[in-house]
Amino acid sequence: MAAKKELTNWGNFPSIEGVSMSFRSNDDLRYLINKNTNAIVRGLGRCYGDSSLAATVFSSAGFNKILDFDAAGATILCQSGVSFADLVDFLVPRGFFLPVTPGTKYITVGGAVASDVHGKNHHVDGSFCNHVSEMSLMLDSGQIVICSRVQNSDLFQATCGGMGLTGVIMTVRFGLKRIASDHIEQVSLKAQNLDEVLQLFEQYRRATYSVAWIDCLQKGKTLGRSILMVGEHASTPPPTTNRTQKLSIPFFLPGWVLNKWSVKIFNFLYFHKQIRKKAKSKVRLDAFFYPLDSILHWNRMYGKKGFVQYQFVLPIGAGKEGLREVLTAIADSGRGSFLAVLKVFGKQDTGIISFPMEGYTLALDFPIQSGLFEFLDQLDLLVKKHGGRLYLTKDSRMSASFFESTYETMGEFKTVLRRWAPLGYWQSHQSNRLAMTKP
Amino acid sequence: MNVLILGAKSDISVALSKSLAREGHHLWLAARDVEFLDSLKSDLQIRYGILVDVIQFDATDFTNHQNWFQSLETLPDVVVTVFGYLGEQQVAETSWDEAQKILNVNFVGAVSILNVVASAFVMAKRGIIVGVSSVAGDRGRQSNYIYGSAKAGLSAYLSGLRNRMWHAGVHVVTVKPGFVATKMTEGLDLPPALTASPEQVAELIAEAIKTKKNIVYARGMWRWIMMIIRLIPESVFKRLRL
Ligand SMILES: Cc1cc2nc3c(=O)[nH]c(=O)nc-3n(C[C@H](O)[C@H](O)[C@H](O)COP(=O)(O)OP(=O)(O)OC[C@H]3O[C@@H](n4cnc5c(N)ncnc54)[C@H](O)[C@@H]3O)c2cc1C
Repeated sequence: MAAKKELTNWGNFPSIEGVSMSFRSNDDLRYLINKNTNAIVRGLGRCYGDSSLAATVFSSAGFNKILDFDAAGATILCQSGVSFADLVDFLVPRGFFLPVTPGTKYITVGGAVASDVHGKNHHVDGSFCNHVSEMSLMLDSGQIVICSRVQNSDLFQATCGGMGLTGVIMTVRFGLKRIASDHIEQVSLKAQNLDEVLQLFEQYRRATYSVAWIDCLQKGKTLGRSILMVGEHASTPPPTTNRTQKLSIPFFLPGWVLNKWSVKIFNFLYFHKQIRKKAKSKVRLDAFFYPLDSILHWNRMYGKKGFVQYQFVLPIGAGKEGLREVLTAIADSGRGSFLAVLKVFGKQDTGIISFPMEGYTLALDFPIQSGLFEFLDQLDLLVKKHGGRLYLTKDSRMSASFFESTYETMGEFKTVLRRWAPLGYWQSHQSNRLAMTKP
Repeated sequence: MNVLILGAKSDISVALSKSLAREGHHLWLAARDVEFLDSLKSDLQIRYGILVDVIQFDATDFTNHQNWFQSLETLPDVVVTVFGYLGEQQVAETSWDEAQKILNVNFVGAVSILNVVASAFVMAKRGIIVGVSSVAGDRGRQSNYIYGSAKAGLSAYLSGLRNRMWHAGVHVVTVKPGFVATKMTEGLDLPPALTASPEQVAELIAEAIKTKKNIVYARGMWRWIMMIIRLIPESVFKRLRL
């Protein structure tokens, strides 16, 4: 009955023919595991590339129940398909917030663990898995195992950031942030160039949230021109739920809309909208954390061919020069990016192959056009030269050899897979492309 | 109100239980997969602070339906049957197992449990019964006539039951969904304009309970589509590929 469909994630590239089947209970999933020879789990498909694509996909979207909420202890126990959007609606009126959130709320708890997502508070709170105390996983045998930092800790560490390759994350218990208001006190600061913005990051390192938007077309003295936004949860007024109007981009805009002139204009406007050097404001949680979510399906702006989001991290030591080099290469290419986001990562302790490391991370979008992949291969070389790596959940094109040479802990990860997923049942298009489950 | 939902695992049921929970009703969730029901129970209790009871129920366990219903602590105010099995038409054309399962779940099971419910409601002189049938029962088509005939049986049953129950002060609602985007139809290519979300169907059911509607199509335009389909002369209809 289940028919094949073209499946794509947020970047609309690649497109994989596959069958998606959903589960709502342990029994459902066990049945699916038995009926198929290999598969990957998919949450809300907000990764950009092929991490949750395969010929057989198990969708967790209906496995979305809240199982326990402990207000006194500030923890929650959820099934893996519960979405962050749902949690924000549930938590905020009760005076709580997610401990860590990415730039969209349309992701699942399972996806947050499997990608070990980071937010604007990584430098103070770490990644999402830092707040996970325990989870349960279904193995390819249909057996359910509990894991935490003390129990089956190898499985726990491999599952955090493990891209669904250890098994299906079933339930997750994690800690919550208490908030006194549904607003954020935001400060935005202009930076003329890279040195300035990095200095500002340093100056505001105690701020809970910080992120910078970079105009990627600047060169020379203004290379790295940006706006840094820092934020704290407001202490007033009392929490209420947010209701915002949604705009939607209903169809695919042709690719040319994003040529370098439109990007230039966009960046210019963004930069000059704010005239003063430093501006303070009080904004709603949604506006601060999920500015893009108010335009549903903005990914369609890049046209049918899709786009690639390139997100790399460079270690703190090599960071500044490396950043300058990569930014220069991007500016020179003129391929531009609609969005470029710069963030300073703090120390990272969870996850064997989790993406973050202490240093700088930059994320930018490239519409798929001829010559792009060759250009990105060049960027890869720069990233590698500076000891950096790419974020798997954003990737759709890196090579297996580049991956292997930049993720030094893959050997350790594979040892855990041999113990907990010896049959190689869990495979995505990405894991095959990068030979992640090959012994 | 005490609302008993039979077949509480379906997407429509989940949406319906949320909608009823928001209004503070006491829910009894019944289905085979108790582990699923327990998770739904926690979720509803945590979000809406309502009372939820979970009871295992098998629509095809006909001989036990009487005892099963009598063992409930109190008589519910509303009983909603949502259970159904789409099955595979082509398999059912040659496999009696599949055909029988389709008939048993969609028709025989519903008759079996609703007979019991109806008797209890007649005695109490109150109650609302909601049966979820399907537009597939409005006219048999080659692509799903086994499922369709079971639903046709159910629709006819509900119509007769409504007639009988009216005299006892009991109300019967027939719900006829068209396409609904659920786990049951996952992987089928459904036309968006004609496809309802489980939440839309749930709202219509909740509304029908309040306003005591007789027959509800979900979405509403299906009433007209089916009217046209029923009007096509058989001599023409038999040649169509529907
Ligand atoms: C607009 C936008 C902004 C974003 N901003 C950020 C950001 O700031 N920081 C950041 O870190 N990320 C960011 N992301 C990426 C996003 O947070 C991750 O890709 C996330 O994993 C998506 O979750 P999902 O539920 O959609 O899972 P999917 O995209 O469907 O899957 C992602 C991975 O998780 C695995 N997975 C999903 N569910 C399970 C499960 N139950 N068990 C095991 N494995 C599972 C999949 O197999 C796959 O490998 C952003 C994405 C978008 C679209």
